[in-house]
Amino acid sequence: MDFSYSEDRQMVADILARYVQQRYPMETRHRISGSGMGWSPDHWAALAEMGIAGMLFPQTGGGFGGGGFDIALVFDQIGRGLIVEPFLGVLMAGHALILAGGQEELVGEVIAGTKLLAFAHEEADSRYDPAAISCVARKAGDDWMLTGGKAVVPQVQAADRIVVSARISGSAGEAAGISLFLVEAGCAGLSVRAYPMIDGGRGGELALAGARATLLSDNGFAIIEQAIAAGTVALCWEAIGIMDELKAQTLEYLRTRTQFGAPIGKFQALQHRMATVALEIEQARSAAINAAAALESDHAVRERAVSAAKYTIGRVGTLVAEEAIQLHGGIGMTWELPLSHYAKRLTMIGHQLGDEDYHLERFASLGRAVA
Amino acid sequence: MDLSFSPEEEEFRREVQSFLRDKLPQSLSGKVRTGKRLTKQDYEQWHAILNERGWLAHHWPVDYGGPGWTVGQSAIFDEETALAHAPRIIPFGVSMLGPVLIRYGSEEQKRHWLPRILDGTDWWCQGYSEPGAGSDLASLKCAAVRDGDHYVVNGQKTWTTLGQYADMIFCLVRTSSEGKKQEGISFLLIDMKTPGVEVRPIILLDGEHEVNEVFFSDVRVPVENLVGEENRGWTYAKYLLTYERTNIAGVGVSMAAFRELKAIASRQKKNGRPLLEDPLFVARLARLEIDLENMKTTNLRVLAAAGKGAAPVAESSMLKIRGTEIRQEITSLMRRALGPYAQPFVSEALDEGYEGEAVGPEYAAPVSADYFNNRKLSIFGGSNEVQREIITKAILEL
Repeated sequence: MDFSYSEDRQMVADILARYVQQRYPMETRHRISGSGMGWSPDHWAALAEMGIAGMLFPQTGGGFGGGGFDIALVFDQIGRGLIVEPFLGVLMAGHALILAGGQEELVGEVIAGTKLLAFAHEEADSRYDPAAISCVARKAGDDWMLTGGKAVVPQVQAADRIVVSARISGSAGEAAGISLFLVEAGCAGLSVRAYPMIDGGRGGELALAGARATLLSDNGFAIIEQAIAAGTVALCWEAIGIMDELKAQTLEYLRTRTQFGAPIGKFQALQHRMATVALEIEQARSAAINAAAALESDHAVRERAVSAAKYTIGRVGTLVAEEAIQLHGGIGMTWELPLSHYAKRLTMIGHQLGDEDYHLERFASLGRAVA
Repeated sequence: MDLSFSPEEEEFRREVQSFLRDKLPQSLSGKVRTGKRLTKQDYEQWHAILNERGWLAHHWPVDYGGPGWTVGQSAIFDEETALAHAPRIIPFGVSMLGPVLIRYGSEEQKRHWLPRILDGTDWWCQGYSEPGAGSDLASLKCAAVRDGDHYVVNGQKTWTTLGQYADMIFCLVRTSSEGKKQEGISFLLIDMKTPGVEVRPIILLDGEHEVNEVFFSDVRVPVENLVGEENRGWTYAKYLLTYERTNIAGVGVSMAAFRELKAIASRQKKNGRPLLEDPLFVARLARLEIDLENMKTTNLRVLAAAGKGAAPVAESSMLKIRGTEIRQEITSLMRRALGPYAQPFVSEALDEGYEGEAVGPEYAAPVSADYFNNRKLSIFGGSNEVQREIITKAILEL
């Protein structure tokens, strides 16, 4: 048993933390987040140069990390800095490419920071169910043509290549028949409607009307599940980073804000709310540790730990975001305070890759399958 | 980061399992599993079995008879004994007084009292709470006045768990009313057979005699029974309260109880199907199971930090709160699972050798009483509200 990072990992975490503090302050973040691109090629290049993209992928794929706790330490810092850069899409699509195989050159470019990826899987009606895919693929010579739509793809505009799921057989709800394809950004038959997100950065809807695609794997579902597991661990740790920030900011406010002649942290009603927040964050951290530790385990262990963690993060994340605003009072409602932006991002993590209810139900049904 | 136990620890787990298979009498585990009453002799028997193996006082330093376990080993022992339905270790001597004597007692006190805790000569009880000193423990009034070679004790203690069995009581008594109320408290060891000590039962809401009031009128206690220095008892009391961290979360007990809850839910029916398939009940179970999994890891994190010398004050309180919430939720779901059969309560059915017919499913007998009894969890050992005060004090530093 050991609950500390190895020296190497701790060093990467420290370097990234320093970068975030010095080069990615809140005003920079807001400028990038609200720009027409919603991300920053300069920062991406600098972060890739530091090896952060490589931390997300295993040695077998040309990276130097890729384990649950490698992903954890990167996304913990992403949360603390409220970084909007396209890490999640790169992580998930990159893992899918490595698992499918045959794209070593592209993965190398991603790790070097010269190519970016997005992961387009969910659809307007799929509501977190990874098998509810309607998008269809048809053979066209050596290539495939994709038809259908993909919904709320994070930072899709940043991507040079998009990993897209589509069916070669079966119908929505069936895992069999779902395959994975690679689509060139800007290709004929692909249109993107991009938009800003409430928590910063940008997302987009994909309309595929016979878009040309390369087949990555015709056994896509198992790969998608693993990519989602990696993405979920990432989101859980981004949430942990955010929650630690919210806790620190709220504690500082309780110490310094004076009302009725005393720091408001002296009032028991607020103390007890804060104690509950602190307690729940530690539970969430344990859940995120469990999920990161299980990422390389077999399917049943991994998926149960991942769902337990995402459920916990969803439940606790909402609590922490709402309580942080409440304990700040009126000032917590303002755009000016970083707090509100952390609260928004934390809440929206609950809407990515499955919410609290989805994962609770999934955890229970996975338990039945085990028993 | 590595959450797994080492090969040595896994080997130790097998050693504990085999010990429990060989040495834990079925007469005891059967009672624990079915929620039957345990007698004083049952607890003494189990203590003696553990002591023979050197595992009774597993948090004590090796020099005083502890086995020198790692935090991982302690956690494993806690889990395995609970899952095997072993009786709990009565904490008053082993887990509470023992560590205080080891840290603050005189050589003579250690030599005299520690072996008697281990071999069961003395059954200890705890004299902390008073009618006017519950959450505000430091406002206690039970007074000890020095008279030659003795202290003369007058006052009352309450909520004294299993005091009816006790040979000895360790008491917080007031020896000074000068200055801060915490600074006038002393830690005294009192023989329950001394003239002037009277024990009266308090019957709890489940009908059980578990706790007592203890009255002291002109009770003469030899001065050598003072632990540490006069008026420094509060420090020892706090040490005692934070020492016993391993079990504060009650991970093993909750794991065993959760297993039992699932077994009940698989046998109870709703709409002709097992309750274990009812979506609403399943959601309650899933939330509970996830909370328990999370707490297991939190517990290990706190133990690991404590093993490296940290004093996890806020974390201990967090574990107390969440641990008791989880145990209460388990008993609550057991009660709900029974439906109408939560209502009948045949008290004699919990006695050894009862041969009457069960009302409803045989596992129903202790469930509601256990639910009501476990309301105590969020009240004792510092109520969960007091724990929240401790957390905010530690993290707010106001």
